[in-house]
Amino acid sequence: MIPEIGHFALILALLIALLQGVLPIVGAARGIGPWMDLARPAAKAQAMFVTLAFGCLMWSFYVSDFSVQNVASNSNSLLPWYYKLSATWGSHEGSILLWTLMLAWWTSLVAFFSRHLPREMVARVIGTLGLVSAGFILFTLTTSDPFDRLFPAAPEGRDLNPLLQDPGMIFHPPMLYMGYVGFAVPFAFAIAALMGGRLDAAWARWTRPWTTMAWVFLTLGIALGSWWAYYELGWGGWWFWDPVENASFMPWLTGTALVHSLAVTEKRGSFKTWTVLLAIITFSMSLLGTFLVRSGVLTSVHAFATDPERGVFILGFLIFVIGSSLLLFAWRAPKVGLGGKFANVSRESMLLMNNVLLVVAMGAVFLGTMYPLFLDAIAGTKISVGPPYFDAVFAPLMAPLVFLMGVGPLSRWKEAKIPDLATRLRWAAVVAVVTAVLVPVVLGRWSWIVSGGLLLAFWIVASAVVNVREHIRNVRGSLLTRLASQPRAFWGMNLAHLGVAIFIIGVTLVKGYETERDVRMAVGDVVSVGGFTFKFEGVQEVQGPNYVAARGTFDVSKNGRFIEKLYPEKRSYLSNRAMPMTEAAIDSSIIGDIYVSLGEPVGGDAWTVRAYYKPFVTWIWWGCVAMALGGLVALSDRRYRFARRREASAAKAAVTA
Amino acid sequence: MWRYLAPLAAFLVLAGFLYVGLGLNPREVPSPLVDKPAPAFELAKLAQPDQTFSRDDMKGKVWMLNVWASWCTACREEHPLLVDIARQGTVPIVGLNYKDKPEAAKQWLAQWGDPYKLSVQDPVGRTGIEYGVYGVPETFVIDKNGVIRFKQIGPITPKVWQEKMLPLIRQLEQA
Repeated sequence: MIPEIGHFALILALLIALLQGVLPIVGAARGIGPWMDLARPAAKAQAMFVTLAFGCLMWSFYVSDFSVQNVASNSNSLLPWYYKLSATWGSHEGSILLWTLMLAWWTSLVAFFSRHLPREMVARVIGTLGLVSAGFILFTLTTSDPFDRLFPAAPEGRDLNPLLQDPGMIFHPPMLYMGYVGFAVPFAFAIAALMGGRLDAAWARWTRPWTTMAWVFLTLGIALGSWWAYYELGWGGWWFWDPVENASFMPWLTGTALVHSLAVTEKRGSFKTWTVLLAIITFSMSLLGTFLVRSGVLTSVHAFATDPERGVFILGFLIFVIGSSLLLFAWRAPKVGLGGKFANVSRESMLLMNNVLLVVAMGAVFLGTMYPLFLDAIAGTKISVGPPYFDAVFAPLMAPLVFLMGVGPLSRWKEAKIPDLATRLRWAAVVAVVTAVLVPVVLGRWSWIVSGGLLLAFWIVASAVVNVREHIRNVRGSLLTRLASQPRAFWGMNLAHLGVAIFIIGVTLVKGYETERDVRMAVGDVVSVGGFTFKFEGVQEVQGPNYVAARGTFDVSKNGRFIEKLYPEKRSYLSNRAMPMTEAAIDSSIIGDIYVSLGEPVGGDAWTVRAYYKPFVTWIWWGCVAMALGGLVALSDRRYRFARRREASAAKAAVTA
Repeated sequence: MWRYLAPLAAFLVLAGFLYVGLGLNPREVPSPLVDKPAPAFELAKLAQPDQTFSRDDMKGKVWMLNVWASWCTACREEHPLLVDIARQGTVPIVGLNYKDKPEAAKQWLAQWGDPYKLSVQDPVGRTGIEYGVYGVPETFVIDKNGVIRFKQIGPITPKVWQEKMLPLIRQLEQA
């Protein structure tokens, strides 16, 4: 009964979404007030029904209702309750429903927090989101119904993929989807602006917080996924340039570009058409990512049973959404005008370079991801593009970007002078170079790669310090009041940039100083990695709720002093004995991770063992956290609240007049 | 006006590629085993564990080797098609029961139907390794001389069966 309620709720949501997509937009075009006012209540009602549908599916998973096909193939009665719940989005059907849910929530957030916007704008934004939502619900209902029944009911479920039975996987998909889908909001604002012909600084100010919010979620979602791959896959890597990872990284790159170009459009009125195009591209990348992951065009971990019908549906939808947006863009953008002029050296020009570099980087990732497909379609040759390509292309693009990250924030709008910038930043440059040369010496081994990476990181930090000093120089009072005098947006930017520096330090030091040993070890054997000594004490069998594990014991010591015991596991899940899972044992600290994982038994009491020392590896994820926090701090800036109040009263005045 | 149409044009080209891409199979990696003799094996039968069965028992016949397991969900997807093929008697299918427990495997066959001439047990997956199996299910078409002529990775779809495997089997039987 519950699954049927869910199914019915989803059908109702589809009808409401269609209503929400058509009437307000037509109303805005024809000036029919009541039709426009339908947008908000429709958005809220749709969110309610999608939430109800999702809740019903979750309930079916919670009570292990194996008469539902989706539950029977992705859950098991032995699963702990939290994995039963997270299994809701462990399958194709469930994750598409999660997509729809996130979209419905974002839309209702827009409905709640848009009191200060003009009536037409609200109608068009919510209407556009309604159309996107209708497409996705239709996709769910026609090709990926999560509520399909199984007759006769299965006695036991097939179980959730053991790889996904992990705390990281509970939070990673919702976070990632919040980000992915969140870019639908700036997209809808862009479409609304093109429809209404209103593209100005106010539009950019309305779009900015939504973009930043989506960007924060996407950053955290990607970081969580990378962290999960690091500790769960047992190879100690943190990024593999897998098509699915790339699918989430491409919208992040263009989204980052969008965050910056919106700043220019808001402050200076420039880049208007570019910003609109970027908003469309970013959401298109989200849609394309969904297509790549869900259609099976590219080989990925998620794609053993793919259905061409689904691919055709998403592709058709993609062509409709992206094609019509770009057509609208081609039609309306020429009338927008160019906005404020700026010189060749100015904050605008640097942010333009930032955008070019980020978009080119996205293009490089895109090409690497799609090249196997292009080549197969043209020449019928099968190849795969791996990390060597991406590493080679990516670093040269990021280096100038990081250089600009130091200069840009100190440059003046409109026109900046190179000699002036050079004088202000010379100490930052000296400090960065000196530390970058010295630190690798202190760490024990000097190399160009490490030194170069550190140079970039220290450059960001040093130039940010210069920037802060200049900002508070003319403020009176104690240091604290002087620091507090700066707006939150300023601190948010600096924190996010600092996050990039932390991230670069992590990547550089891991690449430069990690030590890895893959060895065969019998009981009593000793291996030494990165100054640590690992002694293999043997393997015991342990029983988990739905698995049995071989648990190894390792004594770790340094310079003869005992540090700790580590217990890596090799788990064999009851439902899928053919696919044993590796649970690495990691002792994580701020200066580095000690990482041990069990490979395979190799006769007698011997095992293959991977022992790694990964210096500063957690800085990679802490850097992402700092970037996301920077976004949150910027979001809390008071000018958004004031502007909203001012516009709300202006809107009210307009109504009464 | 024209330069504003560039993004749309670029997107349409991309969409064309994606459409073609849908018809291609990224996992169709040409197997090094195709047109090579099928690796020899001699394994215990699932139904009578005291008897063995070897590759050479099928000499002179066109046959299919289907790698399956009771724990494999995708196998259940292709299973009705296999049962159908067996009922029509088109080609004998030998099952390689891969990394499975005999009781679970027998129960699975009892529940979903047994399309196999017989199944052999490969409990640790050694024969699977020799056949280059990297996912279950996989299916090999083997000719009268014991040479592998086709390999399907993943479930056999009705389309692949009708367009590739069935014509190939007909042709091999005439040879």
